[in-house]
Amino acid sequence: MEEPDAEPPLMVVPGVDSAARQLCFEWGPAEMLVCETLFGGRGGCRRAPPRASPGKPRFLAGAGEGRPSSSSVFVVRKDQDVYVQTLRKLFNESHGIFVGLQRSEEELAGKSRKAHLVQVSKNYRSVIRACMEDMHQAAVSARDPALHSQYSTQVSILSAMELIWNLCEILFVEAAVAGPLLIRLLDWVRLHVCDVNNMVREVLSSENPSKHELFWNVVDVFVLQGRMDEARHLLSKEASANPASLTMCRVLDDLMKKMPVPSLGNMQTLTELELKWQHWHEECQRYLQDGTFASNSHMESICKVLLGDENAILEKKELLTTWYHFLVTRLLYCHPTVKPMELRFYAQSSMDLFLGGESSAEPLDIILMAAFEFEIHQVIKECSIALSNWWFVAHLTDLLDHCKLLQSHNLYFGSNMREFLLLEYASGLFSHHSLWQLGVDYFDHCPEYGRVYLELHIERIPLNTEQKALKVLRICEQRQMHEQVRSICKIMAMKALRNNRLGSALSWSIRAKDAAFATLISDRFLKDYCEKGCFSDLDLIDNLGPSMLLSDRLTFLGKYREFHRLYGEKRFSEAAKLLLMLMTAHIAPCSFWMTLLTDALPLLEQKEIIFSAEQTYELMRCLEDLTAGKSDKQKLQDDDVETMKVEMLRLALARNLARVIVKEGTLEGS
Amino acid sequence: MEDVCAKFVSQKVSKARWRPPPAAALRPPDCFATGSWDNEDNRISIWSVGDLGSVGLNGEYQGEPQLLCDIRHNGDVMDMQFLDQERIVVASSTGDVTIFRHHQNNQTLSANQRWEKAHYHVDRGAACGGAACTGVICNNPEIVTVGEDGRINFFRADQKDAVRTIDNADSSTLHAVTFLRTTEILTVNSIGQLKIWDLRQQRNEPSQIFSLTGDRVPLHCVDRHPNQQHIVATGGQDGVLSIWDIRQGTMPVSLLNAHEAESKYLDLKIKMLLSLWSCSVFLPSLFLV
Repeated sequence: MEEPDAEPPLMVVPGVDSAARQLCFEWGPAEMLVCETLFGGRGGCRRAPPRASPGKPRFLAGAGEGRPSSSSVFVVRKDQDVYVQTLRKLFNESHGIFVGLQRSEEELAGKSRKAHLVQVSKNYRSVIRACMEDMHQAAVSARDPALHSQYSTQVSILSAMELIWNLCEILFVEAAVAGPLLIRLLDWVRLHVCDVNNMVREVLSSENPSKHELFWNVVDVFVLQGRMDEARHLLSKEASANPASLTMCRVLDDLMKKMPVPSLGNMQTLTELELKWQHWHEECQRYLQDGTFASNSHMESICKVLLGDENAILEKKELLTTWYHFLVTRLLYCHPTVKPMELRFYAQSSMDLFLGGESSAEPLDIILMAAFEFEIHQVIKECSIALSNWWFVAHLTDLLDHCKLLQSHNLYFGSNMREFLLLEYASGLFSHHSLWQLGVDYFDHCPEYGRVYLELHIERIPLNTEQKALKVLRICEQRQMHEQVRSICKIMAMKALRNNRLGSALSWSIRAKDAAFATLISDRFLKDYCEKGCFSDLDLIDNLGPSMLLSDRLTFLGKYREFHRLYGEKRFSEAAKLLLMLMTAHIAPCSFWMTLLTDALPLLEQKEIIFSAEQTYELMRCLEDLTAGKSDKQKLQDDDVETMKVEMLRLALARNLARVIVKEGTLEGS
Repeated sequence: MEDVCAKFVSQKVSKARWRPPPAAALRPPDCFATGSWDNEDNRISIWSVGDLGSVGLNGEYQGEPQLLCDIRHNGDVMDMQFLDQERIVVASSTGDVTIFRHHQNNQTLSANQRWEKAHYHVDRGAACGGAACTGVICNNPEIVTVGEDGRINFFRADQKDAVRTIDNADSSTLHAVTFLRTTEILTVNSIGQLKIWDLRQQRNEPSQIFSLTGDRVPLHCVDRHPNQQHIVATGGQDGVLSIWDIRQGTMPVSLLNAHEAESKYLDLKIKMLLSLWSCSVFLPSLFLV
């Protein structure tokens, strides 16, 4: 087994007496059952609550001392997120995107495929953002402080997830090359470093921005984020407000305007860009050395930033707020043509310079660093450890797999990483009472183990209404999971049987094509008939249709009922034929023959002759078979009623035989 | 289909019902109720559809539905019907039938009346003895409910006990019920039978039984033509819509295969739209569950 990567966190189960230290547990699909196993004394006893009056505490049954033994079973769940209401939107919408991605795979190739994958990635991100908005709204409107803090934590987790995803999209999915890479990274930083937004808004909305105390901070922010136009706009305000600095502003403005930036289209090659940039850099250098900005420290530091002076940039740490912002600013002003593979060096040094050894790297920093180093597996691994839910890694890995970036890195339990993560995520969904329907699609798209997992999980969904059972059955039938269909129908049939709903039970067993169960239920019907003398659930038995053939007993039940119907309609000869057929074709169980013969009695006693000679002989043979079959002991045990029945039958059969021989022997009309 | 407005509600909605407009009103209803299922915490919610001012050119609504109020409901919502402008009857999977009242002045919902374990299996007193109540239909003040226990209950709003109960009306599960006339109801069950019950008669037997031949496909929903009382449509589990003429024969008049569902787990439930504007043509509309 592998070593664990991190110390497993300690969790105290509330309600369990941890001092007792006797717990047993059992793993479930996504949760654990825990219960205490220390019981007091022999067979467990309880100490009665102490009374107000002094006296010895009483002990109830059993000897020895004891403590109240807990009779609770605790369900311990790791994944709380699945139950958060606001995250359901995330699960549902990402499910839609996931399924769409799997299905659209085949058609596209080449550039359009990449564009499509980038679009999918953007869709995922917009879902995360939407969820963040909702969560933020919920946090703002929550009155309970615990709830408020829970929501706020969720918001920050979601925002971190979006940050990581965005970076992965730039580096892996879009695989931006040198040039556009910088543009994308700048966008990324602008989108995610929002701590400064309030300040920016404040300054811009004030009446006289250039007089605002934070004015230069805002200009710095714009420069650090490469937002040259906005910086120039503010500078012009400063120029108009402060004529003394007009020339300086103009020069700085000019420099900013001329700054060469990579373009997204292929309009210039990298070498061209580098040349231009070199010239521009030298120009900035000249202005700085000439002392043009000497009188204004703010503008001087801005010029230094433009020159890519790391110390100057580092001075603005509070405005940068994060090391990756520092990294991107550095790249913008030192190496705008940075290649993807070179990122790792700059990333490492940026983090070291920025953090400066004061604080250690947080999990988020580790993940981002792994991304800059293009260690995809490391990114996924770190995310799995840091996040409490498989949602993020499952979807990200699936997307990266579609980009053909993951080698088929077979894990030693057989499936590849993408499948493993999807299976874990979907299993987590199945433990939710409502989201299980989403899990089905995820299993469908796991080629190796998905079906097996689905088969095991779908049988264990609690079915409290028939409607839910029918939904589950539909899912099974669509995937030809016949075993599961049978199993679920059996469960429903048993439930119905227990509730005395014989008709429902029979209906379910017919659907499951379960002959054994149908036989069982038919026996129950027949037993009820023998006890009550009439059939219950006639509407069911009368309308069995072709499903009657499922089991012999069921066929017998249907035919027997038909016999009663024919008798009721006074179609005696047909009824007689049917009755005989039931016995001679051995459709009727032997135990029922006596009843059938007794039913034949009224037919034999009718005025008109119903049974022919042949039929009478058959009946007699059946009776003899029946009585011969009984052992002597049984014959002794037979009470008077039984023997009388047999005698009456014999008499009736003989009489009928006599009449019918005469009738058949008589020539018609003579 | 333009102008489709979707709102994510974070719960699986089993039923949605428009509130019936007041008798003399000409405009379409502006308010609907939804019931959820398969949640640990199911809810009945009332939504309003946009402001009246933002009705578009063709009378369509614009903007998302807004939640007015909601209330917790015990068990899955199996079926719902508006009893009148303010009260809504809800059938639960625990076997309870509840009337909720929507107080429009302060936009709250409250439980007005409840018949506990109206549907139950053998032992009513047992903790899990309730049977799901699968269908409810109202004709103010009468309420008829059917359930998985094969029982038909007749209630009257504001009366504590059931007016009448037909035990063992059906040996299998009754899925839906509708009024044919004020004195006749029609039920469908899970072995593909339609039964008509005449309420004036005291005996507990259906007056007529219809069924499809061949496979006994469970029938899930039933509704009557708004103007022609003898035409009835039923939706089956295999996605087949059957039209029946009650007066003639015991066979359906026509069968329409209404399912070309893309998504894998849709059961088609078909309910007829009571289209006030086009009386001669009824429009089956698909409610996706």
